[in-house]
Amino acid sequence: MPSKPRSLWESIGAAGVPLGRLCGASAIVDLADLARSSSLGGRLEALRGRSVLLDVKDPLLAALAMLELDGVAARMVLCPADLAPEHLPAIARGAAADARVGDTEGPAASLEGIEVSVGVEPRLRPGPLAREISHTTEWVLLTSGTTGVPKLVLHDLATLTHALSDTRPGSEPIVWATFYDIRRYGGLQIFLRGVHLGSLVPAAPGEAVPAFLARARDAGVTHISGTPSHWRKLLMSGAASMIAPRYVRLSGEIADQAVLDALRAAYPNALVAHAFASTEAGVGFEVRDGLAGFPATLIDAPGAKVRLTVADGTLHIRSAGNAYGYLGEEAASFPRGADGSVDTGDRLEERGGRYHFLGRAGGVINVGGLKVYPEEIEAVINAHPWVHMSLVRARRNPITGSVVAADVVLAEEVPGGSRPSAEALTREVLQRCRETLAAYKVPAMIRVVPTLAVSASGKLVRPDA
Amino acid sequence: MSVRSTIQSEFQNVAAEQERKLAALTDDLKLIDSGLDSLSFAIVVARLEDALGVDPFSSDTAVDFPVTFGDFVRLYESVAK
Repeated sequence: MPSKPRSLWESIGAAGVPLGRLCGASAIVDLADLARSSSLGGRLEALRGRSVLLDVKDPLLAALAMLELDGVAARMVLCPADLAPEHLPAIARGAAADARVGDTEGPAASLEGIEVSVGVEPRLRPGPLAREISHTTEWVLLTSGTTGVPKLVLHDLATLTHALSDTRPGSEPIVWATFYDIRRYGGLQIFLRGVHLGSLVPAAPGEAVPAFLARARDAGVTHISGTPSHWRKLLMSGAASMIAPRYVRLSGEIADQAVLDALRAAYPNALVAHAFASTEAGVGFEVRDGLAGFPATLIDAPGAKVRLTVADGTLHIRSAGNAYGYLGEEAASFPRGADGSVDTGDRLEERGGRYHFLGRAGGVINVGGLKVYPEEIEAVINAHPWVHMSLVRARRNPITGSVVAADVVLAEEVPGGSRPSAEALTREVLQRCRETLAAYKVPAMIRVVPTLAVSASGKLVRPDA
Repeated sequence: MSVRSTIQSEFQNVAAEQERKLAALTDDLKLIDSGLDSLSFAIVVARLEDALGVDPFSSDTAVDFPVTFGDFVRLYESVAK
């Protein structure tokens, strides 16, 4: 890594390894071809200095656009493949977007404020390309918010590549594969590692495990990453032996000992490591000893490039990889402490010289790497006339880390209505949830309970997730 | 109800709720071909914990992750009370 690359393209050119390939499900692109050709159909200059909404389904196209836009666009907003289209207007407004890069499959963009819309395609078109660098591009990543509208998290190339500066290119080419969406923080880290150190094989949205593994195998995968949920799915697919990676990485959720042991058994020649990162706080650490949790010596370690502390029971991270903050209306809610560290909201407990993650503070539920805010689901449940109040909580689950569970208190009476049975009410509430919420937010189980605890200040007593 | 029939009925319930087409639950059916996704499996495992009182995937013991429906049933039968 050079000391201060001015753009992603310059940075990967200076990384000290030959440029590799982007292996998408739709096409395979040699990165070296980007030196003299473009995926943006000759429209790159129309995006210079603009705030660009990167709204494509195909991760290959997103990868190409990110490589071309960094250093050119003033701002780049990374929309993941599963982003609900109804959130686009609020995101465009929050990021002051005036341009959009989309694929032909995407929803027709008639968004307010968008002046330029450019299609991206895997077939590179040759053309005179200066690749002139004019901007330190702001990278905006999305996280889920309490109201369902994502928060806009501000980074740039320097914060995003902070964790890569320890990575030295090896003698053999590295081929990274990832189950993640490369538009989300964890996947973006793998994208950046892939293009700096060799090649990248991103999973396509909805792609079956064996199909993805076949592409990874054909590309010569050496390193592969996913959440514990992704890995359990792979272990249960019967397709694990299709690949023989040297390095297996878990992040995005709590890695328990069972999944770590199962991966070590499935890949005896691989280093199995689990890592912690968050969109707001950046990369925290990587654990390579095969054990769940992390050594207590990592906390308050003197001289560490990434300073980890525990305050109020949660992990705080301070490093040059921290995000700058939230954009727009949510700016004041960015979880930065008085000492400048970022509160990850992940609760820790020390047992026998190791810290173990307990779940999220404030009730936020992590279902297979996706954050669920209980308030959003409670609002849907509480809209049922016979629901007096409800509490949505996490229930530990060995497949997806957690699932959503709901406790519901029935109303005493409803004018003109007859009290439904607990069974009928549960069915109706679930039906409403399925109609309005993404599948992973719908409660896996609903219990009708006599009461819920309410604190002296009148708030629902919310157990930590 | 036997462990097997409890498991079969939870597979069927969750498939119906998640609007997924469930394959015939034979012992050699690969779970990946069953029609259920990860979220569906997560719900099945949570409901089975309520119904059978056990979660064989519990994190502190070694688990052979099941690949077929038969593996899945045997995993539960081996730990069911």
